[in-house]
Formats: sequence, C-alpha cells, structure tokens
Amino acid sequence: MSKMTLKTEGDTHVIVTRRFAAKPEAVYRAHVEPEMIQKWMLGPEGWTMPVCINEARPGGKIRFEWANGKGQGFYLTGEYVELKPYSRIVHVERMHLPDPTPDNHVETRFEVDGTGTLMTVRMTLPDSQTRAAMLATGMEKGMEDSYARLEGML
Amino acid sequence: MSTEFNLDAAFSALADPTRRAILARLASGEATVMELAEPFEITQPAISQHLKVLEQAGLVVRRVEGARRPRRLAKAGIEAMDQWLEMLRKAFEKNYERLDMLLAGMEQNKRGEKQ
Repeated sequence: MSKMTLKTEGDTHVIVTRRFAAKPEAVYRAHVEPEMIQKWMLGPEGWTMPVCINEARPGGKIRFEWANGKGQGFYLTGEYVELKPYSRIVHVERMHLPDPTPDNHVETRFEVDGTGTLMTVRMTLPDSQTRAAMLATGMEKGMEDSYARLEGML
Repeated sequence: MSTEFNLDAAFSALADPTRRAILARLASGEATVMELAEPFEITQPAISQHLKVLEQAGLVVRRVEGARRPRRLAKAGIEAMDQWLEMLRKAFEKNYERLDMLLAGMEQNKRGEKQ
C-alpha cells in the first residue's frame, strides 16, 4: 500500500502527504508526546532514539538523538513556533551531522479524512541547493521507473 | 578516470535548475550540445560547462560518433542514486508504518477502556 506522496513545490518547498487510519487527535499526539515519538520516528531498522526532548509549546525546544547501537549517531534540534491541537504544528528544525544543516521550516497539518487523517507536511528550505541536499538525505518521489523518478525530481 | 560514483557530487550537480532540465531532456534520449542548448537562453559553452559537471558527477556520458559527441544519461550513476533514494524513502516510510501500528494500538486501548 502506497499511502505516502512526496513532491516539490517552487524552488524551496517539499510537500509530503500521508493518510492514517486514526483520528487527527491521535496522529497529532504521536507527533508531540515524547514517549510516542520514540516509538516510531526511528528511520531505518536497528536505530533507536535514546534522547527525545519535545517541549510542545510556542518557543519550546526539540532535541532528538538517534543511535544505532554500533557507536554511530546523529541528532536534530529545533524550536516550536505554533501549535494548534489537533490540527496544526509549525516548527523549525535542523540536523546535526554533526555540522548543522540549514533550517527547515515545517508546517504539519492534520485533517479529518473519512474515518482517518490526512497529514500534510510542508517543508520550506532556505534555497534550492539545500532542498536538493535534503532530497538526497531524506526522501524521493514514489515513481516506478528510474528515469521517470529522476525526471520527477526536477 | 575513476568510475566510482560520488553521491555528493551527483546531488550537488542536481542543485542547479539548468542541469536538472538537461537531465530531464536526456531522460527522453541522447542529444548533442547544440540540441541541448536549443531550449535554453544560454550559450553552447555554458551548456558544455553544465555537461562537464554532470559528467564528473557520473550522471552523463558522451559517445563519439564521427564529429558528433552525443550525451546520454549514465545508467550506472542514475541507478546508484536511485537505489540510494529508494533506501531512504523506505526508511521514511518505515517511520509511518511504525506510526500506523502505534495508532492501531492507541485505538485498541481506547476501545478497551470503554468496555
């Protein structure tokens, strides 16, 4: 089942959408409650999030640290800008690899979709170069053909 | 010349809109510098410069055909990048699959409380 879409918009935006079979309240809570975040926001198999600081209020701090148990790790920091339970979250984030990446300004919306939720994540990067780098380290378009996939990134 | 594929160089090459447009054009078949320059309002030397970056990044190769030097997408380079992206996309989707399960668990707990 392919429920995730990813597309670019303009020079600096990346839009991800995903449907969930749960109400917006539940999906929203899974994004702001540390003990829930630590259960799913883990990336590839084998990684854990030993540190999860998530102060879900305007100006609140975000710090996620990931580790693979083999001595490798990286972390993300950020700040909340605005939260509207259970429909909208605005925050700024950057990865530390260990040098910080440029700020990614993220708006996450949760909308009722039938009996579930349509989540739309709208990311705004400072420039097209940063966005290209981000597509390189995070995601891609879900097209089938290799060449079509490349073409689609354009 | 090393044929080792460099992901950093590839994605850095992709950060330029003209180079992305050149790749999109080559995705539909090989083309010469002159053919590639046609749709753009830039000179052939400028296109050649972009092609050089794409060639060095392992995304484009050239063929010799008499006086022509048609360029095409480098299959190995494109595939290497594609595999990388596919792996990352899977990691991303893996998060949401985990979230699906977590949400299903929450739903069950809620039903349990009501009973």
